[in-house]
Amino acid sequence: MPDLLPNYDVAVIGAGVVGCALARAFTLAGARVVVLEKAVDVLDGASKGNSAILHTGFDAPEGSLELACVREGYRMYHEIRDRLGLPVIRSGAMVLAWTEEEVASLPALMAQAVANGVTDVSPLSTAEARALEPALSDRVLAGFRVPGEHLIDPWSAAHGYLLQALDNGAILMRQAEVLAGRRSQGIWHLATTAGAVEAGLVINAAGLWGDEVDRRLIGESWFEIRPRKGQFVVFDKSAAALAGHILLPVPTKITKGIVVCRTAFGNLLVGPTAEEQDDREHATLDTATLQALIRRGCEILPALARHEVTATYAGLRPATEEKEYRIRDDLAEGYICVGGIRSTGLSAALGIADHVLGLAKGNWTPLTDPVWPRMPNLSTEGPRDWQAPGHGGILCHCELVTRREVEAALTGPLTAGNMGGLKRRTRVTMGRCQGFYCSAELARITEGRLAQPMLGGEDD
Amino acid sequence: MTEVIIIGAGPAGLSAAMSLARGGVRTLVLDREPEPGGIPRHCAHSPYGFREFHRPMFGPAYARRLAAEALAAGAEIRTLTTVTALHPGGRIEITSPEGSETLTAPAVLLATGVRETSRAARLIGGEKQAGVLNTGALQGIVHLNHQRPFRRPVILGTELVAFSALLTCREAGIKPVAMLEPGPRITARAPAGWLPWALGVPLRLKTRITQILGRSRVERILVDTPDGPDEIETDGVIITGGFRPDAPLVRASHMELDPASGGPVVDPWGRLTDPAYFAAGNLLRGVETAGWCWAEGQHVAGAIHAALKGQLPPPGGARLRIASDAVKLALPQVIVAGAQGRLQLRLARPVRGRLRLAQDGATLLERRIDSLPERRITLPLPQPRGTGDILVTVEE
Repeated sequence: MPDLLPNYDVAVIGAGVVGCALARAFTLAGARVVVLEKAVDVLDGASKGNSAILHTGFDAPEGSLELACVREGYRMYHEIRDRLGLPVIRSGAMVLAWTEEEVASLPALMAQAVANGVTDVSPLSTAEARALEPALSDRVLAGFRVPGEHLIDPWSAAHGYLLQALDNGAILMRQAEVLAGRRSQGIWHLATTAGAVEAGLVINAAGLWGDEVDRRLIGESWFEIRPRKGQFVVFDKSAAALAGHILLPVPTKITKGIVVCRTAFGNLLVGPTAEEQDDREHATLDTATLQALIRRGCEILPALARHEVTATYAGLRPATEEKEYRIRDDLAEGYICVGGIRSTGLSAALGIADHVLGLAKGNWTPLTDPVWPRMPNLSTEGPRDWQAPGHGGILCHCELVTRREVEAALTGPLTAGNMGGLKRRTRVTMGRCQGFYCSAELARITEGRLAQPMLGGEDD
Repeated sequence: MTEVIIIGAGPAGLSAAMSLARGGVRTLVLDREPEPGGIPRHCAHSPYGFREFHRPMFGPAYARRLAAEALAAGAEIRTLTTVTALHPGGRIEITSPEGSETLTAPAVLLATGVRETSRAARLIGGEKQAGVLNTGALQGIVHLNHQRPFRRPVILGTELVAFSALLTCREAGIKPVAMLEPGPRITARAPAGWLPWALGVPLRLKTRITQILGRSRVERILVDTPDGPDEIETDGVIITGGFRPDAPLVRASHMELDPASGGPVVDPWGRLTDPAYFAAGNLLRGVETAGWCWAEGQHVAGAIHAALKGQLPPPGGARLRIASDAVKLALPQVIVAGAQGRLQLRLARPVRGRLRLAQDGATLLERRIDSLPERRITLPLPQPRGTGDILVTVEE
């Protein structure tokens, strides 16, 4: 009976990188998908600020679901990235020991890497490490190399996954916070701030609000989100030459530690911290911590002291009381929770989506000839838009963002919803002047075109 | 064929263009903005033009006049043109709406100006929300767009530009709730201090912003004050001053940058370490007045004219080395015996004492000094003997 069919087969709650990958996987599998995002733009929570590394999973817990998803996510990213126009910078990583205690832990870490399927790791002496990275401090004692660790654009990846879903029929609803839901006759009726939505299967990918969405829909949650803040310092592009590899410390039980690495955009990044907090909305920077990050960066790369800071940011990871991902299906209730993707979400997203697709056991017909959108390249790998004629002139001078790029980001199914979204899509104002030169022109161009305007102060 | 390419159509670049073009030199000026004129284009209030045109002018009129003079003299100005790389011997890469190309000229003048230090580079804490702007962005938004970014912001800093921001606010109907200065006194010269008082904006010295709070828009700030931590309700923060040369092109090039000034290393003729390149204006050191930059444009135009005729000495000279934490910058960084011009200095903190320039232990120049930071200090160029380093020291 057609009146008992829901509007959508699947409702994905949350458009972070995991939600975007889920939308893609289910859409390509033939499901009618709606993505419900409470913010004015996608990637507004945990996916807003991470370290932009595509991890191999060399240090993930053996036998964990996290390891399986990171490995599969890594493989799939490399498989699809060309067709979606997603960059990869094959930097490789070095895990570096700075104390005798850390040196002693290296063999076990290398053995774990091999056990995890990352078999191309190789030990490094101080001299070998410094031959590969001449700017590295001579206080490094030993380490090992993980060639497969790569750098990616943390936002074009997620945008690409979601855009492929949208181009193949999925629907994105923004400012659509899920308030409540009930299930009757096999159909979920969701009440959102953007209206009612019906779906056969609900997937909770609400990240920092995962436990709260559980409570709103099924009355209780089997985990508790314990936000973990990470602060970062981004150095000027002039500093990027100081580190070819991703420079990782020996990880601890709770964190991978403070990383020094290039970004896909040609800057140099130092971070993150790992700070537990209750607040899941506000990730505040503090000066003393930023100064400590800069000091740590300069201990690792002494020449960094001569370079300027371009940007600072903080992100929140949706950690829980346990380290493992909190993925659980309740198919009898048409509900899957994808929670606690605490730190490796960017690397694992495609693998998680594939795993969840398997859990869902849907009876859909996969798309035979799906559309493959191509994402604009903002990375140092490959040509930028300004190098092709007809770009309309440069708008953001520091990052060489063209008017054509900004125009493209303000149109289409994934149009930017606020300045944060426009920055993630184009990099405007993210360079060394931080908007000194181009803010006025941006305010003019975006006027009336962003759901959340760039400027306030208009109302009397 | 173009003899001189000038990068940047602000007061320094346009002044040099006018002078060179009047001397019959084929001059091309490139600017990345839609209109020539530089920063004065959106400074609608300050007095400009005394030195250049012998009468007070508003910024936009002054900017138009500079461009008109350069055009009338025969210079060509191309706007919406961004330079993306500088290569040895005066070969540069540019991009514009028409596409990308490579240009070459016997002499290239860099006049790319300054920008203010951003909130991020100051490591100010809090969240990253809309409503935090430099003066440059504020003035563009108010004067070029006629938009209003906030209603009751705080202004951080007390350099001259902070008072310019205050006037911009007044014109736009924005009422700042406070002006904050981390130091013990106003940085700008005395009369400026009357302005906040006259406009009813409380000035708070020894007050530092620790956090800017509010997820999508500024809601309040936390400050450190002599009486302890405090909180100010506000909807925006204007981050003023801390001017830095906008020198990424030089930094990414084969030429040497001076970490002290943030600008290129130059000799008394404004020549960089690649003698095909010259620099003038605020790119050299951070902010000076438009009139000063205009005069530097005139000076460097003379040097370029001489260089084109092969009349400049070969590059090289004695290097100036700052050996005191009281001195923020000194230029030119390369000193040549017999060269004309002035040495420019800035202090990093208030200093009372004796400034000494010495080479191989012999004093070249000594001066009593009693000045505040960020003030212009000029001295005669020292006359070195040979090319040994010249050390700049201060006895307090």
